[in-house]
Amino acid sequence: DDKLLTEPLSHPDFFSVKELFTLKDLFDARVHLGHKKGCRHRFMEPYIFGCRLDQDIIDLDQTMQHLQLALNFTAHVAYRGGIILFVSRRRQFCHLVESTARACGEYAHTRYWQGGLLTNAHIQFGPGVRLPDLLIFLSTLNNVFEPHVAIRDAAKMNIPTVGVVDTNCNPCLITYPIPGNDDSPTAMELYCKLFRMTIIRAKDKRRQSEAIEELQ
Amino acid sequence: AVGRVLRLCRRWGAGPCAQTLRLICTTTAVQKRNVGASGPEKYTEAFIKKQIEEFNLGKRHLANMMGEDPETFTQEDIDRAIAYLFPSGLFDKQARPLMKHPTEVFPEQRKIQWGEDGRPFHFLFYTGKQSYYSLMHETYEKFLNVQKHQDQLTAQDLPLQKEKRNLAGSRWLTKIELEEMLLEKVSDDDYSRFIQLLQKLVALPCADIEEKYIQKFSKEVPVQLQKVVIEPLQHDERGVAFSTGEGKRKTARATAIVYDNGTGKITVNGIDILHYFPVLQDREQLLFPFQFLGRIGKHDMVCTVSGGGRSAQAGAIRLASAKALRSFVTEKEVEFMRQAGLLTVDPRVKERKKPGQEGPRRKFTWKKR
Repeated sequence: DDKLLTEPLSHPDFFSVKELFTLKDLFDARVHLGHKKGCRHRFMEPYIFGCRLDQDIIDLDQTMQHLQLALNFTAHVAYRGGIILFVSRRRQFCHLVESTARACGEYAHTRYWQGGLLTNAHIQFGPGVRLPDLLIFLSTLNNVFEPHVAIRDAAKMNIPTVGVVDTNCNPCLITYPIPGNDDSPTAMELYCKLFRMTIIRAKDKRRQSEAIEELQ
Repeated sequence: AVGRVLRLCRRWGAGPCAQTLRLICTTTAVQKRNVGASGPEKYTEAFIKKQIEEFNLGKRHLANMMGEDPETFTQEDIDRAIAYLFPSGLFDKQARPLMKHPTEVFPEQRKIQWGEDGRPFHFLFYTGKQSYYSLMHETYEKFLNVQKHQDQLTAQDLPLQKEKRNLAGSRWLTKIELEEMLLEKVSDDDYSRFIQLLQKLVALPCADIEEKYIQKFSKEVPVQLQKVVIEPLQHDERGVAFSTGEGKRKTARATAIVYDNGTGKITVNGIDILHYFPVLQDREQLLFPFQFLGRIGKHDMVCTVSGGGRSAQAGAIRLASAKALRSFVTEKEVEFMRQAGLLTVDPRVKERKKPGQEGPRRKFTWKKR
């Protein structure tokens, strides 16, 4: 059992997540498009490649690196049987995110976030509840363009977060930020597809390793 | 334990005689923490199972006691047996002794939502309102399906179906019914959002595809008249068709027999209406059903009435005659009569006088000093 858990940690890319996407895929899905110059957040400036006709363009090389790290991390969490919670407060993509979560066998929360969900869980849900081990934000802002409460709560509860940060978002408290567009449908579908494929791959690999262990 | 020595008090600062024993008598009920704050009682599955076993055993014992066959002992027999063995004079039926299957006694509850490894079963568990949000998710999925189907039809240039659903005969589920269906609380906002989504779904042209799904949330509203049985006409020895009706108003009770092929003669307790009701208003009340249907000179009426005053008797006879006339008339006209208020029993009765007041509403004269 120990070997099962320590073996993936010795490889830099055990689940070969680099194969899942290329720079061209990101470009075709319009991931590099940011908001206008006036909406720019100060902490996003390192991730921005440039500004064209007042619209910010996100640096896709950095996005590639961050995306690879984030997908690798989610794969490891899924391999160890962790609970993954998809969070997004965009009404357009609420259905898409929920269906992705269902397809992976993980959980989603694309509705109104009640204050004590993570911090007051034992009273809201009942004693003995297990909190999520990873939060994936497909959009860090809520409906009033403020940072989602879950980022702060996850930081309080020591839960790692992976988040797609647009040019108007604050990447500070997110453990694995992914600078990229969170407004276009194509970009969101791409992210959902990538997360779904990594999680399914990681779970399949876990089942295979367990089967091999049992045979020995 | 009534009477417990709770404290051993010491008088502060004083000299030699410092200790004073104070006997404080309390019960264990006061010492328990606030039990109500933990929420409604939760029943485990094992507890319910045990209750079911005990119920079945008790049922067989009861059957033996009553001398009947334990195998064919139904719930009605149980109720009768309990009413016989434990006669109770209490007015409230729910306060009397009761022996029912545990699933009817203990309200349905949510079992533990997660498995042994701690992973919840439902994918929307962390939202807090999993059933409601999964319902919204499903309904939205049906909505997207219908839109896709519509797009396909328009792409093939086929006409979209436009059969109008009968909106008058159905209503959506009420909030309480929805709460019962989902087994969790639904707020007013959430309920209205759900109904709006359903209405949007129904408004689409191709909504017939998801008819089965929509029917889960709509209920039939039977037209009022379907429940009331209108009696057919009877014929007396001379071959004249007649019909009877009963009516009441305040304390007056009346029965009326309306004959066909008449001249408009009306008799009350053997006396002609001109003599029985000298006031015009009462006679107008009697004639109103006939005038409404346009049959003033066509029917004869013989009525008996007792109780009440003149106005109450007039109202009672009016109701009785309207009920009798239903048999002579088409269904549409019956519906018109019902909407005119001719077939409704007037629920107004004299309000009781309350203590501390002079009448039902009038208070005693208020004196400033």
